[in-house]
Amino acid sequence: MAQHHTSTAVRPDPWRGFRGGGWRDRIDVAAFVHDNVQPYAGDAAFLTGPTTRTMDLWARLRGMFAEERRRGVYDVDARTPSTITAHAPGYIDRDRELIVGLQTDAPLRRAIMPNGGLRMVEAGLTAYGYAMDPEVRRIFTLYRKTHNAGVFDAYPADVLAARRSHVITGLPDAYGRGRIIGDYRRVALYGVDRLIAERLAIKAGLDDEPCTDDVIRDREELAEQIRALGELKEMAAAYGHDISGPAATGREAVQWLYFAYLGATKEQNGAAMSLGRTSTFLDVYLQRDLAEGRLTEMAAQELIDDLVIKLRIIRFLRTPEYDELFSGDPTWVTEAIGGMGADGRPLVTRTSFRYLQTLYNLGPAPEPNLTVLWSPALPDGFKRFCAQVSLDTSAIQYENDDLIRPAYSDDTAIACCVSAMRVGKDMQYFGARANLAKALLYAINGGRDEVTGEQVAPPTAPITDDVLDYDTVRAAFGTTLDWLARTYVRALNVIHYMHDRYAYERLEMALHDHPVHRFLATGIAGLSVAVDSLSAMKHAQVKVLRDATGLAVDYTVDGDYPAFGNNDDRADAIAVELVRDFMDRVRTQPTYRGAEPSLSVLTITSNVVYGKHTGNTPDGRRAGEPFAPGANPMNGRDTHGLVAAALSVAKLPYDSARDGISLTTTVTPDGLGHTRAEQIADLAGVLDGYTDAGGFHLNVNVLDRATLEDAMAHPEKYPQLTIRVSGYAVNFVRLTREQQRDVINRTFHGTL
Amino acid sequence: MVAGAVHSWDLSTGVDGPGTRFVAFLAGCPLRCRYCHSPDTWYQRNGTPTTDDELLLQIRRYERFIKVAGGGVTVSGGEPLQQPAFTAAVLRGAKDLGLHTALDTSGFLGDRATPELLDATDLVLLDLKSWDPATYRRVTRTGELAPTLRFARRLAERGMPMWIRFVLVPGLTDDPAEVDGMADFLAALPTVQRVEVLPFHRLGAHKYRELGVPFLCADTDPPSADLLARVRGQFAGRGLVTT
Repeated sequence: MAQHHTSTAVRPDPWRGFRGGGWRDRIDVAAFVHDNVQPYAGDAAFLTGPTTRTMDLWARLRGMFAEERRRGVYDVDARTPSTITAHAPGYIDRDRELIVGLQTDAPLRRAIMPNGGLRMVEAGLTAYGYAMDPEVRRIFTLYRKTHNAGVFDAYPADVLAARRSHVITGLPDAYGRGRIIGDYRRVALYGVDRLIAERLAIKAGLDDEPCTDDVIRDREELAEQIRALGELKEMAAAYGHDISGPAATGREAVQWLYFAYLGATKEQNGAAMSLGRTSTFLDVYLQRDLAEGRLTEMAAQELIDDLVIKLRIIRFLRTPEYDELFSGDPTWVTEAIGGMGADGRPLVTRTSFRYLQTLYNLGPAPEPNLTVLWSPALPDGFKRFCAQVSLDTSAIQYENDDLIRPAYSDDTAIACCVSAMRVGKDMQYFGARANLAKALLYAINGGRDEVTGEQVAPPTAPITDDVLDYDTVRAAFGTTLDWLARTYVRALNVIHYMHDRYAYERLEMALHDHPVHRFLATGIAGLSVAVDSLSAMKHAQVKVLRDATGLAVDYTVDGDYPAFGNNDDRADAIAVELVRDFMDRVRTQPTYRGAEPSLSVLTITSNVVYGKHTGNTPDGRRAGEPFAPGANPMNGRDTHGLVAAALSVAKLPYDSARDGISLTTTVTPDGLGHTRAEQIADLAGVLDGYTDAGGFHLNVNVLDRATLEDAMAHPEKYPQLTIRVSGYAVNFVRLTREQQRDVINRTFHGTL
Repeated sequence: MVAGAVHSWDLSTGVDGPGTRFVAFLAGCPLRCRYCHSPDTWYQRNGTPTTDDELLLQIRRYERFIKVAGGGVTVSGGEPLQQPAFTAAVLRGAKDLGLHTALDTSGFLGDRATPELLDATDLVLLDLKSWDPATYRRVTRTGELAPTLRFARRLAERGMPMWIRFVLVPGLTDDPAEVDGMADFLAALPTVQRVEVLPFHRLGAHKYRELGVPFLCADTDPPSADLLARVRGQFAGRGLVTT
């Protein structure tokens, strides 16, 4: 007869069979992973497909996704400001879910999070036909100040002008800043009680410190962290789970970890809510269960599929304007997979494969944002599987583990798109980006905006030459960059002061070491436009057309000039110089809480909006035309193929752009080889070559233009068509028409 | 130092030989194929004067990438054997860098390939336009079939690997008996490693417009999937690896 389940079953020792000791005495998940990882060097043959249960659950959601696409949002709870415990438990199908927990009490019902900003909440509600609850409005105007309100109380005039003219934009001053990754694994490995005890000890350690601003703030933040951990336990308990102790099985480990992540997404609508680096951690538990006979491969895969289903339905209430900037309703649930250990062992496990397998079991999707940390030293079987998944789904991105590991550690995850962070040790103050192309026009126009004529930067002598002289413009540009870097960092300091104060990430920060290392992450957009403009001045003749007020409004280029993206040092050296120059200027600025400044060359989809707000540029680009995304060369100007373009981008100095450098490519399947086996091997080879050359990030889309054109015409046929647009992926059919056209107009590296 | 005329170069993957390759397109071709997708490479005088050293300097910028990624250098055209000394020098230089080398040729000028040139070549991408002499003339307008067959046999005798490329054009190169004849010929050559059946496309049409040259295949449709499958089957049926 079958065994009876008895309520007296003894919980197994959660740490049975685990090796190593250092992680037992201190909170150190990286040490746990090192001591217990079982690298997997084989191929994908062991993987299993979805179970009927998984497919049924996913089918139920897919029906709701169609409705959500039609209406913009599926549902909103407009009355309940979200906290970790604000909403009653919610389920997709209570009896059939293996991993439970939703952000609100029903799937796809979005929560409001007014701490970041009431205006964003109101605009989001109004856009989708919901009314603002008067009580909520009263609370968050009369009794409780928001981050957004705080920022605008303190913004200096120069910041307001720069923000209005779009020379600095995308700033997280109206909603959650995001880009903070809690080490959600800690909850599974240690249980919440141990984490609370650790925080209490840290706080007690500050008892004898002088009561200065910094120490008072630390003590208050630690108290909030401890409170948030308590709320996390409470939330899990409402779902019937006691997470005060460590997880004892694979299923519990997945569930505990997910609860921690879920708690963060109940508390914060951060612009990017990354998951971290969880697959190899969870592998230790899944492999133990497999060895003990608790799980089969199919059951292990099913747990991961169920987790990924949950990650795919993380939602935040945004405004249509936000979607114009970052289209497709992204949440950046970024998960870093693979990479090498500092000891030379790969950190690739079977669960690394299982995560990627979800793109087959559930079909392609933009979230979670699966990010492979690539090294030529990775096992061949894993490399081939990654390349195969890219060919089949275009849903994963690649980042250079050989750059990241020495600069950070081998337990580093990616926040948002390309921002490397040691898990639980680093956080960042996210800072969107400055428009370098517009700044160049300011240099020419003495600080006036080329669209409005408004004096935005401090007045300098405008350049009055009929033909632009490279050295003259370059010198003026330097002065403009001085102002830009200063104004930009001033804006960020205000934003993050207020965010810490009014929308502090209590739970996420509870899952970091104390003290935490902080980055202040700036970014630039329009790099290739600025570079090509300067190259045109240097190597061709750029004539200026001015309006009646003397404002330079258009340019004609006589002759050819070397463009960025052709592995030609004449242009590439200008790009390298600009990145260094801007970062050097950022470095000299005082930063809030002593954060270490960094820089990214990343636009996400905002390259379209940036272009829209920027006038004609001296490279020949017309006003309003989109910029190239990230560090990409301008469309059609990279004429020697993908590899030459990639090598240009690979020259950009990582030491001056430590927050990441993004390159998005689209190749046709034929552009990788004639047979599938060749396409897989060739793509893996290109990734090796690019990584070896020092390239940081590569989005790989393997698509035909015709497919995208058909998807524009018949979106209903392509609900899951996924395309990488910068540091993340989107459902193509959820992009705006403008962004769809931008994607289609980009260079396809094909056979001709 | 040898001077040549180069139309352009690029890096491509999986298209002109195995892996990621530096592909040099030389200017000038003796043939005027009806379906040619690069009429801008027909005239040597329109190429950029380039020495072998200059081109090799460019290649060296990709040497490391190619070695890590896997791939090599392909000299294509136009017709590289219209400039045999330059082609030989570039292939030799690339091979001395330790790179895999490929020659992409119609074979019409195969007699000009010196033993030294062939010694520097690891793989020949041989463009066989038709098996039937009359069709070959009709396709190429200025060429003859015999030299290509002679070149193919010579390569086989030297033990040199070949990838055969055959452009399938409906109504022009798709006659079943002619395909059979070509397949029989190729099956008898022991060093033919694969046959690439390339479906005709019209992506080069804009170049004709720009050059003011009539595109004789402007109204020809790409082959249907059925036709492609039939022709590939004819090669595969003789034990040839076909893509």
